[in-house]
Amino acid sequence: MAATLAAAPAEAPAPRPARRFRRPSVLPGFGLSFGYTLACLGIVVLLPLAGLVVKASGLGFSGILRVATDPRVASALKLSFGVSLLSALVASVFGFLIAWVLTRYEFPGRKIVDAAVDLPFALPTAVAGIALASLYAPDGLIGAPLDRLGIQVAYTPLGVFVAMTFVGLPFAVRTVQPLIAEIDREIEEASATLGASRRATLLKVVLPPLIPAVLTGFALAFARGVGEYGSVIFIAGNLPYVSEIAPLLIVIKLSEFDYGGAAAIATIMLGISFLTLLAINLIQAWSRRRFGYV
Amino acid sequence: MRAGELLGLLGPSGSGKTTLLRIIAGLDAPDRGRILFGGDDATGLPVQERAVGFVFQHYALFKHMSVADNIAYGLNARRRAERPAQAEIKRRVGDLLDLIRLSGFGDRYPSQLSGGQRQRVALARALAVEPRVLLLDEPFGALDAQVRKDLRRWLREIHNRTGQTTIFVTHDQDEALELSDRVAVLDHGRLEQIGTPDEVQENPVSATVLKFLGDSVEVEAIAEGGRVLVRGRETPVTAPAGVIGPVKLYVRPWQLQLVELDAAHLSGTVRSSYRSQGRQRIEVEEPGGLILAVEDSDGIRYAAGHPVGLRINGGHVFG
Repeated sequence: MAATLAAAPAEAPAPRPARRFRRPSVLPGFGLSFGYTLACLGIVVLLPLAGLVVKASGLGFSGILRVATDPRVASALKLSFGVSLLSALVASVFGFLIAWVLTRYEFPGRKIVDAAVDLPFALPTAVAGIALASLYAPDGLIGAPLDRLGIQVAYTPLGVFVAMTFVGLPFAVRTVQPLIAEIDREIEEASATLGASRRATLLKVVLPPLIPAVLTGFALAFARGVGEYGSVIFIAGNLPYVSEIAPLLIVIKLSEFDYGGAAAIATIMLGISFLTLLAINLIQAWSRRRFGYV
Repeated sequence: MRAGELLGLLGPSGSGKTTLLRIIAGLDAPDRGRILFGGDDATGLPVQERAVGFVFQHYALFKHMSVADNIAYGLNARRRAERPAQAEIKRRVGDLLDLIRLSGFGDRYPSQLSGGQRQRVALARALAVEPRVLLLDEPFGALDAQVRKDLRRWLREIHNRTGQTTIFVTHDQDEALELSDRVAVLDHGRLEQIGTPDEVQENPVSATVLKFLGDSVEVEAIAEGGRVLVRGRETPVTAPAGVIGPVKLYVRPWQLQLVELDAAHLSGTVRSSYRSQGRQRIEVEEPGGLILAVEDSDGIRYAAGHPVGLRINGGHVFG
């Protein structure tokens, strides 16, 4: 036995299998399903996006730059992306807490709360928008007491933030929930027997493996926030330079028949969104490697 | 439990071995009774302060930490005043990696290790905090037979070297008998017997203990003034004082001998026989429908249907 164990350090990691385009599989129809998938992706996703870029390129690079640097467009873009990031951050934190409570504790009404988390998914965005606007308006149920404290939510960037957090929350909850449910209780017990306090167990053992999922939730909530239109415009009040979001500006340009301008704003949004999601994905890929699992 | 000993908790599944271990660790609370560590009452102590090392069946390693970080975890988790310097921690981790023969694996992640390697890391992690008692919950349960055997012997070596007081849980009697200084046999949450492997094998206190420690055959017998008779013929077995009348005689397969019919306690026909590890194992069908397995090493092959006689050379009768 000694020999077996002494030989152990010589074990090398298995060589990576050569990458192959198609792995042998017992299921038939690779060509058909692959082609079908690509066609769908192309027609449904890539074609409209390409059309958008083509339309915008009609303005030329200087034209796009002119639209981007227009103060009203610039402030709308800043509002859209800035508030989306912020609201995704808040949604991630609270979404994590909600997911934790829903998976870790048994309490009466848990199933109902769990189902309610999905409501922002299902609700028509305009309904959500009107509900939020009337709640947070200066004479609304929540707006009135806040107004007395001197905090105005409706018709300010704060209102935009509230609406975006509302629609982003389910993403944050649903991405981390399955991972929290899968946490091995023995890991926590092992940490405790090694003398770690509860806080240390939480911070060093329980949370780190959840980071990739939290990041995914953050990315989804952010993407939803940037693209959100219906639920935001009612509560935002849409004051130019203050609470006007970029998607609304696109609608305004369209109603003025300025298709080129609309396409230019859309292309800029597409570019920024792409870069942000790319960055988040890179962080995720890094953390997956770091935490040693897929 | 004696300091420095390796105690095996043995019992069928559901006998309360793991629960007992978890109560000692402080992971579960006892309904009654107290847990004493060298005379100190530890019953009310939280897990963190019990200074136990616990090794789980499924390793429970921290997947997001390297092997070295896993081992150092318990030391790093200490309060600053009690925490050794980083250089000291590094040295101790190095020593433990040597001990578990995984030197140079410190930077790997648990997912890059085999099951046996992972369990060794889990053991090093538990040893790192210098526990008062090391608790192993079916430590080899998830490993394949060969790795199990290697690790068993290796654990015994480590124990000889470190003298770490250790309790381990297993449902595998071979494992318990090979590894332990003393074996505790549990059944239905009750301690049936505790003693050295030899003691529990030679003098089991009950049929439960006897049956759990290996194969056995039940034979109808009559006890009469300390003697035990099978089919009217005397056996070398003695009955405990006061046991009279029909009893059950428990015989190990190797206590049965194939003999001529006229010298036999039992007779029957061979049902099947096979050889394994230098021994012949013969299943004999008795007229009563009873099947006895006999072990014999003289290499004679018995055909099925062959009539044979069996002599009982030993056994146990319980009151």
